[in-house]
Amino acid sequence: MTQVLLGAVSLGLLWAIMTIGVYITYRVLDIADLSVEGTLPLGAAVACMLITKDTNPYLASLIAMLCGCAAGMVTGLLHTKLKIPALLSGILTMTALYSINMRIMGNSPSVYILRKPTVFKPLQNLGLDANLSMIIVGFVCAMLIISILYWFFGTELGSAIRATGNNQRMVRAQGINTDTMKILGLMISNGLVALSGAFIAQNQSFADVQMGTGSIVIGLASLIIGEVLFNSRGFYGRLFALILGALVYRLIIAMVLKFGMNPNDLKLFTAITVAIALWLPQGKEILRTFTKSLKKEAA
Amino acid sequence: MLEVKKLKKVFNAGTVNEKVALSDVNLTLNDGDFITVIGGNGAGKSTLLNSIAGVFPVDEGHIVLDHVDVTRLPEHKRARYLGRVFQDPMMGTAADMNIEENLALAYRRGRMRTLRWGVTNAERAKYKELLKQLDLGLENRMSDKVGLLSGGQRQALTLLMATLKAPKLLLLDEHTAALDPKTAQKVLDMTQKLVGENQLTTLMVTHNMQDAIRLGNRLIMMNNGHIAVDIAGEEKQKLTREDLMALFAASSGQELANDRMLLS
Repeated sequence: MTQVLLGAVSLGLLWAIMTIGVYITYRVLDIADLSVEGTLPLGAAVACMLITKDTNPYLASLIAMLCGCAAGMVTGLLHTKLKIPALLSGILTMTALYSINMRIMGNSPSVYILRKPTVFKPLQNLGLDANLSMIIVGFVCAMLIISILYWFFGTELGSAIRATGNNQRMVRAQGINTDTMKILGLMISNGLVALSGAFIAQNQSFADVQMGTGSIVIGLASLIIGEVLFNSRGFYGRLFALILGALVYRLIIAMVLKFGMNPNDLKLFTAITVAIALWLPQGKEILRTFTKSLKKEAA
Repeated sequence: MLEVKKLKKVFNAGTVNEKVALSDVNLTLNDGDFITVIGGNGAGKSTLLNSIAGVFPVDEGHIVLDHVDVTRLPEHKRARYLGRVFQDPMMGTAADMNIEENLALAYRRGRMRTLRWGVTNAERAKYKELLKQLDLGLENRMSDKVGLLSGGQRQALTLLMATLKAPKLLLLDEHTAALDPKTAQKVLDMTQKLVGENQLTTLMVTHNMQDAIRLGNRLIMMNNGHIAVDIAGEEKQKLTREDLMALFAASSGQELANDRMLLS
């Protein structure tokens, strides 16, 4: 049982990085970006291929992140320069990435990196157990990322990106190019998602072209769980809540699997959870007026 | 300061909904001019302002701002010359960001956004001072989200933002139309004060005849995408509503029949 919980926590921390990426598009930029379903396996594929070629795993992860940024830039250019709706731009990038990911992995749907060095190995070599070293690497990375983002979104550039997600007309009236801000935001987001993919692949010792399927819904589920359970006013707190949300999501999944849910039903379960969570704000309102009218009738 | 030459704008060109919003509009503003623009619905007032601001490209003509031809410049590049306040109070501010962040965005209008801090402490003190002058109590709510403010407060803030870095030209697009009469008056007073203090060249669209006559040193009345009436100086000082209606009838060959303008 402890092993199951530790496994869930460690995986949750790796997925937390992806959740932070989803937050940047979905909440900060107000764009539902589906390219992440392609950039997650992109990061995994790039990192694994480089590691099989004996590249340093840290360098491989960094390159994977940069590839994610490039993919995000493509989505941004499709959306801003070709004026394709954001949702569709993301779908186009995601679809194109399937072929690209296959090519990166040498026209094979998966690449294994068994017994190769990974970002988790140095700690394991010090005698730490696999889950614990994952937790340490995941936690340090996640904290580092939210600290950098906290600083970045406080700068002039970061403020301009936040404002773009808020009111584009006002932002243009202040002399800011909203196209550039959207492209930048999508690049940061997809870079983080690819980094998350690189870590996840190194943890499971393989990259799979299908591993991105449903990832946007997992990201949204973690994001909403974080926001609902750890409601925070400050920006740092909100970023930290994303990490906690990703952890709680993994714990829930570990639990329902433990209680005998068919793993194939997981995606249905997650989709229903997200649908309910997205409905929650309206649902609360309906419930409130409903109970009010009930009380009135009783009186 | 501003020169508009033979400006033409057609919406939905080539369709049944084709609408010539501006045709052959010529207008020259001198430094320090405060011009009120009045006209009925569809006269082209907002289209003129939006063309100057670069919200959409124009079909013909030129727009020269401060000796620079900006006709082909995108909206965000023209912003360095312009301060803008919109009719919708929600339009001029970022609702999820706080008051000081909004002011800081406006303070950097026309400048490259770098990795320096979005709001510095020195700025905060300056903003507090400026907000105090608005007399709306906003100086004590600088870290409140702008979304929490009322329409009037948001419009006052937008006005402050538009003038924070003195623009070459201030564009006010019916900026008091969505406010209740008392708040509208307050925002108008504030407009007069800010324009006067900073000697700003201003184009103010309004549908309120009284305001159009009372404010500014020059009045333009638009009709069907043309400038129908253009009076300035002493003539403008002595202008009455009746004069204005007669001038309009004489220049356009039709009676002024617009409730929104006549009743206000």
